[in-house]
Amino acid sequence: MKDYSLFDILGPIMIGPSSSHTAGACRIGYMTRNMIKRPIVKVQFDLYGSFAKTYKGHGTDVALLGGILGFSQDDERIVQAYEIAQEQGIANEFVLKDDEDEHPNTVVIKAVTDVGKHWEVKGVSIGAGKVVIKSINGIDVDYTGEYNTILTHHTDNPGMLALITALLAEQKINIANMRLYREARGQKAICIIENDEAIPEETVKRLQIIHGMHYVNVIERIYE
Amino acid sequence: MKFNKASDIIKYMKEENLGLFEYALVHEYELTGRTKEDIETYLEHVWTVMKEAIAKGLDPDIETKGKIIGNESLKLMNPDKGQRSVSGKTMRKAIAYALAMMEVNASMGKIVASPTAGSCGVLPAVLLTIQERFKLEDEMIIKGLVVANLAGELIAHTASLSGARGGCQAEVGSASAMASAAVVYMLDGNPDQVFDAAAICFKNLMGLVCDPIAGLVESPCAKRNTIGAANALICAEMVLAGIPSIVPFDEVVEAMYRVGKALPVSLRETSLGGLAITQTGEDYQEQIFGGCTVCSNCK
Repeated sequence: MKDYSLFDILGPIMIGPSSSHTAGACRIGYMTRNMIKRPIVKVQFDLYGSFAKTYKGHGTDVALLGGILGFSQDDERIVQAYEIAQEQGIANEFVLKDDEDEHPNTVVIKAVTDVGKHWEVKGVSIGAGKVVIKSINGIDVDYTGEYNTILTHHTDNPGMLALITALLAEQKINIANMRLYREARGQKAICIIENDEAIPEETVKRLQIIHGMHYVNVIERIYE
Repeated sequence: MKFNKASDIIKYMKEENLGLFEYALVHEYELTGRTKEDIETYLEHVWTVMKEAIAKGLDPDIETKGKIIGNESLKLMNPDKGQRSVSGKTMRKAIAYALAMMEVNASMGKIVASPTAGSCGVLPAVLLTIQERFKLEDEMIIKGLVVANLAGELIAHTASLSGARGGCQAEVGSASAMASAAVVYMLDGNPDQVFDAAAICFKNLMGLVCDPIAGLVESPCAKRNTIGAANALICAEMVLAGIPSIVPFDEVVEAMYRVGKALPVSLRETSLGGLAITQTGEDYQEQIFGGCTVCSNCK
């Protein structure tokens, strides 16, 4: 079995009442915001399973919205998420789904940024406040937020990975895990690179100018 | 060095002439790759959040109401109103603190899941009660937290801390075992006694089911945290008096895991059995969610 550390056993420090329905929900929202990194003007949350059925009782709604507002799972402002979203002019809506095939605690976040870009992120709260992002903009992924992560959107060209990893090696960034996902051969691809070290701005800039790269983002680790 | 059994840890400590806290801390640096300062800062933060949550729960001016429970812990804190304490000052305080934490949790306040949100009342209640009773420094409480964490890690490795996997015995039972281990350590018990106290805690709560009304972390969760806290004190009392556990910690944890697996799904956090489906449980369900939340068969 997996090893548990202090941060799992005496944690998370969180806003109650439920690590999966509140803390996990908040983290999915927070990770989504970290991914998007632009002001969000509109957000819709499609709730599945137990999220759909008990979200009001567990404050899953304010936790998700709070996460989108940039609050971590222990931020007491979560309870005022609706008011704060309104102040910031972020339209929000919760839609209840009854698809039985989804994991019990699943949400699909559909966000629109100030420049009109649409994002769609599917996250699952797997218990004890831990979460997994299952898809980003239609591409299936498997990403947990336990590392400093580089997320790239690029064209599926030969040699892309070699270019990316060479650059990271040069910057002395140690890769912990790396996964590549694509729509189809030669089409849109996503690479998720989980790293031990923090990722400097300079690295992101240099990754961005690789030929065929559309978008590079750093998602900071969300755990203590 | 990492060990997954308490017996191996105790053996190693004796060979290396290490204390339990010292072992646990070094093990934590190695496990997480974090610095001493990181770990200490985090632990201080954990203890601060715990103390603040109890204070909030007991503040008459702050409403800490969930959907079902709330604002009741305070009733235990006024012994001067002619009320007589049945179980004595220390026990009464531990119960009040555990309820206070759970009320703060239910009202979306800040807590530490230790090890889970559903069992977040036990460890802080026990630690604060013992701190006040014996006038212990925060530094000693932090050591107690490290020892509690070590017990928690061993349980998580061999069994589970999740009510969905092992029932309430895995949540409140684990919290109780962790708290009792900390108390015995802080009051100068030896490592064998530390794990004996944790073992007895599990034995006393073995088989405890998870059957939350309306699926919420409120009833019976809050009051089950009081038995977790009381149990931790009772077991520490026995062990420090020289009464050992018949079955050692490692074997008890394995037994707890087997019992958890043998529990039917209806009694593992699904709200399909136990108190959740009593008339009162279903009435709350209807009142809060307007019907069943756990399946869609009756739509």
